[in-house]
Amino acid sequence: MSASNLPDGALLRGLTQRRIGRRDALRISGLSALGATLAACGVQGKAKPGAGASVAPDAVAKYWTGKTKVGHVDFANWPLYMDPKKPELATFTKETGITVTYKEVIQEMGPWFAKVQPQLAAGQSIGYDLMVITNSIQFAQFRDSGFLAPLDHSKLPNFTKNAGAQYTKEAYDPGNVYSVPWASGMTGIAYDETKTKRPITKLADLWDPAFKGKIGMFSDTQELANFGLLKVGANPDKSTSSDWDKAAKELKAQKPLVRKYYDQSYIDALGNGEVWITMAWSGDVFQKNLSDGTNFKFVIPEEGGTIWTDNMTIPITAKAPLDAITLMDFFYRPDIAASIANFIGYVCPVPAAQAEMRAAAAKKKGTDKTSELAAADSKLVFPTDDVYAKLHYYVSFSNVDDQQTFQKTFEPIVLG
Amino acid sequence: MSQSTMDRPLRTEPAPEPAARPRRRLKGGTLLYLYTWLVIIWLIVPIFVMIAFSFNNPAGRYNQHWDGFTLKWWHPAKLFEIQDLSQALWTSLIIAVISSLLSAALGTGIGYALGRYRFRGSGTLNVIMFSTISSPELIMGASLLSLFVSLNVGPGFTTIVIAHVMFSISFVAAIVRARVVTLDRSIEEAAADLGATPWTTFWKVTFPIILPAVFSGILLAFALSIDDFVVTNFTAGSTVTFPLWIWGATRVGLPPQVNVMGTLIFGVGVLIALVTNLRSRKQKKD
Amino acid sequence: MNRLKRQLAPYFLVLPGGLWLLVFFAVPMIAMLSLSLQQGDVVYGYRLTFHWQNYTDAISGYHDQLVRSLIYAAIGTILLIALSFPVAHWIAFYGGKRKPTYLFLLLLPFFVSFVLRTISWRQILTDDGPVLQPLKHIGVLPDSYHLLGTPEAVIGGLVYNYLPFMVLPIYVALERIDPRVVEASRDLYASPALSFRKVILPLALPGVFAGVLMSFVPMASDYVNSEVLGSQSTTMIGQVIQSKYLQTSDYPTASALSFILMAVLLVGIFAYARALGTEDVMKVAAR
Repeated sequence: MSASNLPDGALLRGLTQRRIGRRDALRISGLSALGATLAACGVQGKAKPGAGASVAPDAVAKYWTGKTKVGHVDFANWPLYMDPKKPELATFTKETGITVTYKEVIQEMGPWFAKVQPQLAAGQSIGYDLMVITNSIQFAQFRDSGFLAPLDHSKLPNFTKNAGAQYTKEAYDPGNVYSVPWASGMTGIAYDETKTKRPITKLADLWDPAFKGKIGMFSDTQELANFGLLKVGANPDKSTSSDWDKAAKELKAQKPLVRKYYDQSYIDALGNGEVWITMAWSGDVFQKNLSDGTNFKFVIPEEGGTIWTDNMTIPITAKAPLDAITLMDFFYRPDIAASIANFIGYVCPVPAAQAEMRAAAAKKKGTDKTSELAAADSKLVFPTDDVYAKLHYYVSFSNVDDQQTFQKTFEPIVLG
Repeated sequence: MSQSTMDRPLRTEPAPEPAARPRRRLKGGTLLYLYTWLVIIWLIVPIFVMIAFSFNNPAGRYNQHWDGFTLKWWHPAKLFEIQDLSQALWTSLIIAVISSLLSAALGTGIGYALGRYRFRGSGTLNVIMFSTISSPELIMGASLLSLFVSLNVGPGFTTIVIAHVMFSISFVAAIVRARVVTLDRSIEEAAADLGATPWTTFWKVTFPIILPAVFSGILLAFALSIDDFVVTNFTAGSTVTFPLWIWGATRVGLPPQVNVMGTLIFGVGVLIALVTNLRSRKQKKD
Repeated sequence: MNRLKRQLAPYFLVLPGGLWLLVFFAVPMIAMLSLSLQQGDVVYGYRLTFHWQNYTDAISGYHDQLVRSLIYAAIGTILLIALSFPVAHWIAFYGGKRKPTYLFLLLLPFFVSFVLRTISWRQILTDDGPVLQPLKHIGVLPDSYHLLGTPEAVIGGLVYNYLPFMVLPIYVALERIDPRVVEASRDLYASPALSFRKVILPLALPGVFAGVLMSFVPMASDYVNSEVLGSQSTTMIGQVIQSKYLQTSDYPTASALSFILMAVLLVGIFAYARALGTEDVMKVAAR
């Protein structure tokens, strides 16, 4: 920061001596009048008429014609979504000759959209050819603004062959027109049992005054609202605005107990003892325990948790879409999917990876073997039907007004 | 570097000599002395922590607790291991170089004109400079982003440079003006009498005299740029600078490499400040 | 011809830099003003409809955060004066040959990135950190005690980060005082306290004014300290503005809030100048 607004002595003296007089003020206002004409422009929207789930039949062909291999992909992803040594990318480069720059630049959907929106609106490259985004409000915003390239499924043979059936008919992108899943995850509760002194099982524990100042909640309004809705017994996916009001009231009542509303940083806060019990994403705790030797627990509360999907998409201004879609498809090879799932501990969209992991575990020894077997058998990585029964989808919106009402209902909670 | 600009008032307007100081020693003196040191220690503690943790040997990915001493993070291979961090640092350095040079060029013009000439519009210029120096960074960043989204310009590297030059110009101009005001004009007149054209006079006589001020301006602008977070955050788009990378990385914990880089920037900054300060003191003695 | 050239010279010198400031400082303010009167949504676009309601909505929605920011900045400023004055006083009057060294030490934090030094405080004050852990261990503090997330931590961070902005101007003002003036007052039998009150303080006021200006404004609009050291109960207006711009792309509310903040700060600056603008002070300032 400017820090250095400083230390020129002459400058400091100037500040002490010079006052803005009325004449100067007039000068400023004159100047503003001069520029006022310039201000008449609005901010252009990017929505295509009829945007949404439907896509023009020739859009795919139109987009992909003339696209050629570049030899390099810039990949934007969330933290804790790949082994820091990135063995899968090394394999990819070895096999295809395409190099990959992998950056963990996405920490929350809102800021990510706000960051790249002006660039995409201006038709500029955002510096990434592949980005992983959640099925959130912002997914719809990306899609409706026409910022996502329609995918050419003829270039996704592995996906066609190996993707789990439920992933091909997700409500936010039926038929995978713009996206294919990277991983799914559940939102539940993580806690440090040495501090809470008892196992945590239900949402109400997040409202327990005994943990005052040690409770973490998410700052993403959708995530936060989901837990409020589940607490008041509403199903997020089918909730109405009256449910939202009830949930908001419940969350406001909880506010004095909450230490802070976190983005991805909740995992750091859990690590340094800032919170004892917090909303959490399923795989993070798994990785944290693995890398730091901690023993945090993750549960899906009795009242239910939510499931979301993070999706690989190609921004419309990507410089190397062909390379990006090749990489996209690469992650659907069972061995690669298994390798990723084994490390990140999130729900794997490739069912065949489970067998792959068991086979790989058989060849390993010691702790590697037990941990890989544990991952293969984990209900968090390959959820069983009874787990799915407890999981709910995000709130969905029929129109922009609905969505703005939703934001206005929950945003004040996060913004103190 | 700030130091060199700091003690300018001492140079231009020498305070009365120590001899003239009241000989009575106030009782509060010792107390104030301790107090001053307490404040200084308080200021230095976080710096000490930052440096200390560049030598930490954390067990996992997170550099939170003290786990033992190591030098390994200082090895270039380790230091630049995190690709995007190194790239962010590099981006920051390039932006700082470009914007400090650019703002020095533009700011020197303003500073020289304000110090040397009386002209219509200088009042307005003063007001704008005062405003850029005193208005909150948040507002500057927000208004720039407003401009860019209104004009449908995508933020990125270029817009960061634009912003940094914008908030640095006034500082450079103020420093240069302070120097120009104290210029002895008879030297320039002498040059003119000897037949030098105004152009030659400027480059051969005036410029060398104000050069140290321009140099201070460049250093200050460089420091402002490389450290800036608030304005950059608004104008960066998806470009990542060193402070922005740190900001993002705090969510999952900072790696020790950040502490090493922070320590290096700190060290280089202090070194430059000390050197320029020593040089200016030597000049004063000569 | 030559005369004309000389007359035009300052304009040529000023033109490039002046234009830069005009286009990238003044004009953006106008863009922001325009944006603050628009309506719409980021996907379907914002249109200028002179929707003044943005301002009333912004105030009714976020006056808490605005007032809180001003209170934090005010408390911070008072603490800064209390901390800085003795230090500046000691360096100016007792610093001797080491004056530059002391000033340099006070400036050291500026050589560390703003974000990094704030994060460093977070590391120091964290719940199980080096300060609180031992106290909790010996039972002085309860296990759930925390400093982070409280107003104290945020104000502490603000004061830490802006201290030099206060020390330096006060120092510059004190440094300019001729010790003989102080001595004269003592010779006229003024007690040290009276001499301080009647001589040093009035002469130092312009420095204090500059310090207040240079620290209050950035503190009131700061969002880094509250983001890193605070929680939702310490949310400052700067956080709201940055979140509206950079998280929800709600540009109209964000720019309306920015203008409100700017207006409040400007009124504050002018009010302060007015209040201090008594003749005595003006005379001192004009020196």
